[in-house]
Amino acid sequence: MTEFLQQLINGLSLGSIYALIALGYTMVYGVLKFINFAHGDVYMVGAFAGYYLAPWVWKVIPAGQDTTRFSWSSSAGAFAVLLLSMAVCAVLGILIEKLVYRPLRKRPRLTVLITAIGVSIFLENFGQYLFGADPKSFPEILPDRAIEGLGDLTVMVNQSVVLVVTLILLVALHFIVMRTKMGTAMRALAYNPAAASLMGINNDVIISFTFGLGSALAAAAGILNAINYPSIDPLMGILPGIKAFVAAVLGGIGNLQGAVLGGILLGVLETLVVGYVSPMYRDAIAFAVLIAILLFKPNGLLGRVESEKV
Amino acid sequence: MKRISFLVVTALFALGVAAIAQDEIKVGLYASLTGGQASYGISQNNAIQLGLEEINQAGGVLGKPLKIIVEDDRSTPGESATIVRKLIANDKVCAILGEFASSRSLEGGPICQENKIPMISPGSTNPKVTEIGDYIFRTCFMDSFQGTVMGRFALAKGYKKAAILTDEKQAYSKGLAHYFREYFTKNGGEIVKEQSYSSGDKDFRAQLTSLKAAKPDMVFVPGYYNEVALISRQARQFGLKVPFMGGDGWEGDSLLKVAGNSLDGCYFSSHFSADNQSPVVQGFIAKYKAKFGIVPDCQAALGYDTVKILADAINRAGSTNPAALRDAIAATKDFQGVTGKISLDANRNASKPAVVQTVGEGRYKFVENVEP
Repeated sequence: MTEFLQQLINGLSLGSIYALIALGYTMVYGVLKFINFAHGDVYMVGAFAGYYLAPWVWKVIPAGQDTTRFSWSSSAGAFAVLLLSMAVCAVLGILIEKLVYRPLRKRPRLTVLITAIGVSIFLENFGQYLFGADPKSFPEILPDRAIEGLGDLTVMVNQSVVLVVTLILLVALHFIVMRTKMGTAMRALAYNPAAASLMGINNDVIISFTFGLGSALAAAAGILNAINYPSIDPLMGILPGIKAFVAAVLGGIGNLQGAVLGGILLGVLETLVVGYVSPMYRDAIAFAVLIAILLFKPNGLLGRVESEKV
Repeated sequence: MKRISFLVVTALFALGVAAIAQDEIKVGLYASLTGGQASYGISQNNAIQLGLEEINQAGGVLGKPLKIIVEDDRSTPGESATIVRKLIANDKVCAILGEFASSRSLEGGPICQENKIPMISPGSTNPKVTEIGDYIFRTCFMDSFQGTVMGRFALAKGYKKAAILTDEKQAYSKGLAHYFREYFTKNGGEIVKEQSYSSGDKDFRAQLTSLKAAKPDMVFVPGYYNEVALISRQARQFGLKVPFMGGDGWEGDSLLKVAGNSLDGCYFSSHFSADNQSPVVQGFIAKYKAKFGIVPDCQAALGYDTVKILADAINRAGSTNPAALRDAIAATKDFQGVTGKISLDANRNASKPAVVQTVGEGRYKFVENVEP
């Protein structure tokens, strides 16, 4: 029983990373009806941004010498690294959209899709050139220790941080989309771009905003993942990117709650398969899920055919 | 008229011969310079370039400079075959050096064999590599030896219950696990749990949770450094504190950087220890350090020996004719390298001692030497 609970916890923390990446996919899809395949690589850039920013942040906010203990200054430092990386990636996302996708917006959707794959390959290889292809050890920005008092269960501080941050970001995102002017404009654009622009909405601004927000979430996922698995390399975004895409489809692409549900389900499913069936099927399961969902419920778990998409 | 054309042809022929005579002798190298096992390719290439410099300063081979054409296979499956084909067809190399990873040697090897171009792997320890054919050699020991060494070492340490965590995607890892299991269970040990992962994975918590439940005395992890570092880190977080053991795949640039102190007191088998005080080894270490600023690892040592063995064989063959070169490499006997005395047997494998190393204070430490 303990083993099963432990596996569930493992799955939850893995799933929340997928969920964060899936949120970015789903947002862009909601607004532009297009899958930004470079999203996984923005996630990688996020992790590298954290890697290079952490030493600078530490100059301003010194981290405690003892990395095994909790301290306010190390948490503040980690938070600063997270926010700065999110900002870096937001800018990157907006730039990618401006330079690459915007000139193609009037072209067939397939053109943009293939261009997205091109951007993805570019980021991977430019990353190898810029950062070096060898894996880097991500600095310990949060104490690396287990939460005490759980008996035989092991929950790392980092694992719980991932889950909490994911939930906070989901709530924040929900607020932005449902309660702010920007969010209303995003929903209007998703519903009918032509009508939205007739109503005085500047579509370019909204699309830039969406890309910035989505990319910031990818950066958050990159940092949180690197805290948990402190080895980062320029190709680290490929597989999580694809899996998060599956998670977004599983939950119903275009649906924010669906993306989180899909990510967490996929993480738990994967972990249980590794723990109880065979690690060989770890990656296969994600794609089996994709095929099954496309066959039996093409709109995803929470997606409705005529749902309001974001 | 006929006479003139004859003269022209002769002159051209003579010019051509002269051009070839001034030419260099080309050898190909394919290695993982980037990607998941970049540390191997970089060390190997560094050491080969160092060896190459020395060879050319001493007059090259057959009176001509030796040239090495380096290609990167990005640690990815599928690249090696293409690169080896390119080296043979376009660059017309007379021999090929490379790869460390057995899986990639198994990709490139058959192409060398098909084209009858000798290939020497400096570090592929999986037995299947040299079984490809009579043009494929290796200058390291095999997993059958390495696995036995670690099995014996584990039993000597008093461990009776072992768990194994293998990299499903690597022939090296599966082979090493097989030989460890065989020796360990035949000699009174018991394998309490087996789990696996795939190269490139970052999350091993599911596997480690199930390994921990089996309560082993030790865990054998015959993987490559990248994953091993993350595995040991996550294992310690889970309170799986038993020692880990593994093979030469552990030795990589980022192993200790990522693992921190989570591998302290763990053991792995290797080809070379920088603690070896013999003048040959210390001389190599000094030269390597002067050029690259770091202490060479086992991949560097093997790469250095391999290029020296090849140069020696080309000189003994007296030509770059592949068949003659093949015979000369096969006849390598008692070659004094930095990884020990190297002789190639009838199956084109080197029989050499292994060293067991341990980790502590942020570096590798020599534990013992195991003769074949």
